[in-house]
Amino acid sequence: MPAALSAAVRPCERALEGIEAELQLFVPSDVSFVEEAVELVARHVEASFVDRRTVRFNVRVALSEALANAILYGNGEDASKGVSVHVLFGRNTVQIEVTDEGGGFDYCLLPDPVLPFARMLPRGRGIYIIRELVDEVRFNALGNSICMILRRD
Amino acid sequence: MTFSVRKEPNSVVVVAVDGQLIVGNRQELKQKILDSLDAGDRKFLIDFTSTGYIDSSGLGVLVSLSKKIRDQGGDLRLAGLNEDLKTLFELTKLDTLFAISDAPAEALAAF
Repeated sequence: MPAALSAAVRPCERALEGIEAELQLFVPSDVSFVEEAVELVARHVEASFVDRRTVRFNVRVALSEALANAILYGNGEDASKGVSVHVLFGRNTVQIEVTDEGGGFDYCLLPDPVLPFARMLPRGRGIYIIRELVDEVRFNALGNSICMILRRD
Repeated sequence: MTFSVRKEPNSVVVVAVDGQLIVGNRQELKQKILDSLDAGDRKFLIDFTSTGYIDSSGLGVLVSLSKKIRDQGGDLRLAGLNEDLKTLFELTKLDTLFAISDAPAEALAAF
């Protein structure tokens, strides 16, 4: 079992419009930490979201995908690198930003995983699933950071 | 998260996924089923009745196992998916790739 991860929500110190609190978490590049990191973040998001189903399933799956991509493909499971998870709790949104220490990738080049030939492939569904489960997805210019945005409707 | 394996009287190997099927444990599931395939078993049912969520790594292992089992003349069936998991299979179109039953007993009878 990996050592326990910990993080606490604190009031946002920076002057970000509409952002009331934030949480930061550092996850080692080891896939055995993913489930614990997902639970830790999801519990905090759950406390601030009315739609529990969104958190129970969508947030957990989307964050698991983002962490897996960051650890496996971003950092190449390099133990000297880590993954940063930064959650911003706003009045109307929750933003979950996952950043690795890799060289980034071009998300525009990803093939459509639901095309008939692609369905038979074991890989290539992660970003597609994230896009389906959260309200908005953004990448930074380098392509090593994904921001998943959930809105309170 | 654990996997329990049992063999039914009709030679179906039933693997129950208790917890999540994600990047951190998907190789464990894959190895259990491949070991069983190597030992001569050909009929497999994965029971998701007690599963919380599955990520794309977990789905990828299911796709990979499905091909390996089919190549050996075997049959893989899935059962017990809750509404969230059914939605995940539908949005990835993997519901067209797998034989999915609502209840494990229904899947067992279909072999």
